[in-house]
Amino acid sequence: MRKLFAPLLIVTAAMFVYAPVMIAQAPYESTMLLIQKIFYFHVPSWIAMYGAIFVCGIESAIFLFRRKPSAERVASAAAELAVLFGLFGLVTGPLWGRKAWGVWWQWDARLTTSLLLELIFVGYLLVRKYGGPGSDKLAAAIGIFGMANVPFVYKSVDIWRTVHPQTSVVPLLLTSAPGMAAPFAFCAMAFILLLVLLLALRVGLEHQRAALDQLYLAEE
Amino acid sequence: MVKRSFVFLCLAIMTLAAPAFALQPPAGQTEFVPISQLPPAEQLPAAPLLVGAYAFVWLGLMVYMWSIWRRLGKVEADMRALERRGSKGSSVR
Repeated sequence: MRKLFAPLLIVTAAMFVYAPVMIAQAPYESTMLLIQKIFYFHVPSWIAMYGAIFVCGIESAIFLFRRKPSAERVASAAAELAVLFGLFGLVTGPLWGRKAWGVWWQWDARLTTSLLLELIFVGYLLVRKYGGPGSDKLAAAIGIFGMANVPFVYKSVDIWRTVHPQTSVVPLLLTSAPGMAAPFAFCAMAFILLLVLLLALRVGLEHQRAALDQLYLAEE
Repeated sequence: MVKRSFVFLCLAIMTLAAPAFALQPPAGQTEFVPISQLPPAEQLPAAPLLVGAYAFVWLGLMVYMWSIWRRLGKVEADMRALERRGSKGSSVR
């Protein structure tokens, strides 16, 4: 991963620099016009958050069932990134909704479950930081529980009646609006690469902390 | 005298009633008005919301990268301090 880090950093930075150009060139949606362009960062933020949650959940399960301490470090790093990308989604969404729906927030199924998912991972971080000895196992259980919630959050717009568009909107873009599909795919890829990059950095920090703890223990 | 009093009374009633007429609600809207045809005062500009959304993501990323860099620096400083302490301890012995 160390060899790949520098090229990954350059590619991700270049994609984030070029993304505004692609977004500016993307066609306007006929009813929402300019404000719809939040879509190109809003949806990829959630994709990155779900990715981070899956990493956290799977690594938490590996830690719980196979007792691998390195898996716990990856899970902890991924949980922090889930909170970061969730925060992006939770802030950009209301900014879009204020113009498109006329309200900042609506307590409907998708918005409420998304907020709860974010709070679950804030809870994970709080348990990990202040839980004391044994908090790693409890946090791992929260990570698995959080991952199990993702399908419900994703399908909530199809199951319940909400103001939020359904899941079919994004797949439809590929066929109905190719001008929007290309910048969306570009931004989604940029966010996925950013997730990988930040995860590598954050896992590196966790490994260094673990090495420091070992040094302290050896000194005692 | 009676005529003057009657005029005064009419003026007084009109003066007092004027705010009540002014506060009458406007006639109810009976048809759908497309958002693009709203008067400028009722239209919410999209650009500040869009710029705000993108600026938040960019700033958030920068702050997060800075926090990782700071935490890494702190761990490395702790490691160096520990190594120095270890080398001093071994030289004393």
